[in-house]
Amino acid sequence: MLELLRYFGLPTFSASTQGPAIDNINVLAHWLMALLFVGWGAFFIYTLFRFRASKNPKANYQGIRSHFSSYLEVVIGVIEVVLLLGFAIPIWASRVNDVPKGPDAIHIRVVGQQFAWNIHYPGPDGVFGAISVDLVDEVENPIGLDRSEEFAKDDIFTVNQLHIPVNTPINISLSTKDVIHSFTLTELRVKQDAIPGMEIPVWFEATMTTDELLEEIKGTAREGRGFEIACAQLCGLGHYRMKGFMTIHEMDGYEAWLAEEQEYLSEEEEDDWEDDWED
Amino acid sequence: MSTDYHKESFFTKYIWSTDHKIIGLQYGITALLWLLFGFILMMIMRYQLAYPESPIPIVGALLGDGGLLPPEMYNSLGAMHGTIMIFLGVVPLAFGAFGNYFLPLQIGAIDMAFPKLNATSYWMYFVGSVVMVTGFFVPGGAANSGWTSYPPLSNIATTGQTVWLCGMVFLITSSLLGSINILATVIQLRTEGMNWMRLPIFVWVQFITAFLLLLAFPPLEAASVLQLMDRLAGTSFFMPSGLVVSGVALSNAGGGSPLLWQHLFWFLAHPEVYVLILPAFGIVVEVIANNTRKPIWGYKSIVYAVVFLGFMSFIVWAHHMFITGMGTSMSSFFQTTTMIISIPSVVILTALFMSLWGASIRYNTPMLFALGFLPMFGIGGLTGLPLGLAAADIYLHDTYYVIGHFHYVVAPGTIFALFAGIYYWFPKMTGKRMNETLGKLHFFFSLIFMNGVFLPMMAQGLAGVSRRLWDGGEMYAHAAGVLYLNEVMSISAWLLGMTQIFFIVNMIISLMSKKTGESNPWGATTLDWSATTSPPLGHGNFEVVPTVYRGPYEYSVPGADKDFTPQNEKV
Ligand code: HEM
Ligand SMILES: [Cu+2]
Ligand SMILES: [Cu+2]
Repeated sequence: MLELLRYFGLPTFSASTQGPAIDNINVLAHWLMALLFVGWGAFFIYTLFRFRASKNPKANYQGIRSHFSSYLEVVIGVIEVVLLLGFAIPIWASRVNDVPKGPDAIHIRVVGQQFAWNIHYPGPDGVFGAISVDLVDEVENPIGLDRSEEFAKDDIFTVNQLHIPVNTPINISLSTKDVIHSFTLTELRVKQDAIPGMEIPVWFEATMTTDELLEEIKGTAREGRGFEIACAQLCGLGHYRMKGFMTIHEMDGYEAWLAEEQEYLSEEEEDDWEDDWED
Repeated sequence: MSTDYHKESFFTKYIWSTDHKIIGLQYGITALLWLLFGFILMMIMRYQLAYPESPIPIVGALLGDGGLLPPEMYNSLGAMHGTIMIFLGVVPLAFGAFGNYFLPLQIGAIDMAFPKLNATSYWMYFVGSVVMVTGFFVPGGAANSGWTSYPPLSNIATTGQTVWLCGMVFLITSSLLGSINILATVIQLRTEGMNWMRLPIFVWVQFITAFLLLLAFPPLEAASVLQLMDRLAGTSFFMPSGLVVSGVALSNAGGGSPLLWQHLFWFLAHPEVYVLILPAFGIVVEVIANNTRKPIWGYKSIVYAVVFLGFMSFIVWAHHMFITGMGTSMSSFFQTTTMIISIPSVVILTALFMSLWGASIRYNTPMLFALGFLPMFGIGGLTGLPLGLAAADIYLHDTYYVIGHFHYVVAPGTIFALFAGIYYWFPKMTGKRMNETLGKLHFFFSLIFMNGVFLPMMAQGLAGVSRRLWDGGEMYAHAAGVLYLNEVMSISAWLLGMTQIFFIVNMIISLMSKKTGESNPWGATTLDWSATTSPPLGHGNFEVVPTVYRGPYEYSVPGADKDFTPQNEKV
């Protein structure tokens, strides 16, 4: 069944620790659907053929006497209970309750806006700097970071560029500046709405790097196109193009990237300083 | 209530009519025209999705901008297609038209309980529908925040959203009046002998549908008014503080919640889904009983299932909201209720399949549509299963899988059932017959193209393509493998449109044909056929008000002289 779903379009890779479980419950649900559909369908076609008026001119007032259908309903009920208790509810519980908080987890803020994803890293001090609505400047400072605050000095933010390490728990605090968006990592089976006025945790652990993905998709229709962040909720006229990019590194690659960003930040600060000097 | 109408002017006969049959026809004609309109909007959208860079043919001239469809206009078309299909098309046709025309006939009533309320309900609907589409002419175009109108997007949207909300207030009021009328009619006006367990299933489903409308719509009416206040009076029912839109901090007071709207909206809109499907079940049961020439298998289990479905439909709404950040206990509750509500649907569908066993099936056009309904609704229902399991929904939510799922329910599902109803009852409404050959062509091509549109949506959904995308997913890498399906679906959609010409032509030539003079051409047992002429008398319906002696589907009764025994036949 997994092969069938993949044949129809499900990505062949499921690049996070919870991805395979989510694919699995989809597979189980589709088994149940397929069994019912084939069962009903076979009965249906057989009766349509066997009981056509030309073959069977006189209908039988009683029809079927068996109570087979009641058993069918009970069996479906039991399967649904198993799907719920054995799969759906535990997967969900892990999704919302197991948010990694420890020092091993990487904490990132993601702020949606029409029509981009702002990514905010706390920097070496590991603490997010203060944010203020009044400081928002769409070009210079889209998240309204208060650089004068002590924890904010080393913070990094990017637009539409999410970088994470592989095999490391990632804890994203998701929020939005304006309307509802939906943060979607299709290849990782991650999806969470960003709701105005709320900060919602989203966690996952990637199991595949961008390089591995690019290798895997060689020769397919998406060849050369790495991980992306999609917006799944209608958020205005630019909803269709609210796309971000995600790069999954090995840990050392990730650290190198962070260091590089840190360097840009200090260069920028020096620039600012010189600007001030000249005035 | 009927005898004092002697000389009726054209106005009281056809415009401000209080005869339930005329009102039913008014509803039916208006709703069919809106369905066509909603369908045309969709065909334009499908052009955009298949060829995102090309100007739209024919209607492109209206768009300016070289005939290209701008994204905000695509969003308007999407929101209006959804709204029009549901609130202006299917509900008025299934509940307003079929319910009004046939329910009183089937229970032996000479009219609805409140004829003037009935007329008011139609005119409210008419005004509401006109208000709804005037949205296209205001600055910024019609509402463009989806048929779901989630704030804050809808709160900050262009004027079209205000028009949408005003339209909804009329439409909801109309449905409330209609539902009270159906409830009172079924409770009060059943003829002698028509006890509850002798009611045709069609009457049962209309009765339960009326309950759903009555209880589910008021919260949305209230919510619509609150959203209007947010937009016009500066309140913040659905808006938190601290929002920044396009670089400008909003000055609203805040303190509201966007999720409040979603709860109120889906508290209506989930029962609304059953409003779309229950009348379809009813029509299909009538047509299948008639054309299998045997009683429906499990009449009682169907009735109980419908009643149970009605109750349950009020406690599943938040399964549309799993991804909004729901905790484990709440999501477990709504998943469980969703799994429970699937059981009565299985009961109904199984009963219909079982009814075919031992039948003597007549393959006429109404029967083909009714039979086509079964597997198509089956696909629609089954694909709801993974969406109801929150864990599976993480992946499928807001993708084309959802669009495919509910369209299977409402398009080759409900719309097929409505066609079955039109072909089945056309002789009753007009005294004429529809052409069978054209009818069968209409059915087979519709069946093929419906699947051509909606099956590929499942594949796109499995690939992760989001809904409501102006470019049909072209931007995204994950869509690359299934992008070619956009053209397949669009061509199917246009061919589906062309197929409806069979229906329109059939309608016209049948209306122009001679009356056949038969009042019960299908050999049916229910009172609408067995106790009235075709078409039924003006005010009053019956020459002699019938008395009921038996259940609704006494076909092929052993020892009877013919293969149907009408409810009102005294043996
Ligand atoms: C029979 C042919 C139909 C076709 C080919 C069709 C096609 C479509 C398409 C292409 C979309 C847009 C998907 C998107 O952009 O995300 C859509 C949306 C929708 N359709 Fe249909 N549709 C049909 C009939 C119906 C019917 C009968 C109903 C309701 C009774 C309906 C209700 C809706 C709704 C509620 C939406 C969602 C609108 C939104 O995103 O807010 N459709 N349909
Ligand atoms: Cu968005
Ligand atoms: Cu979006």
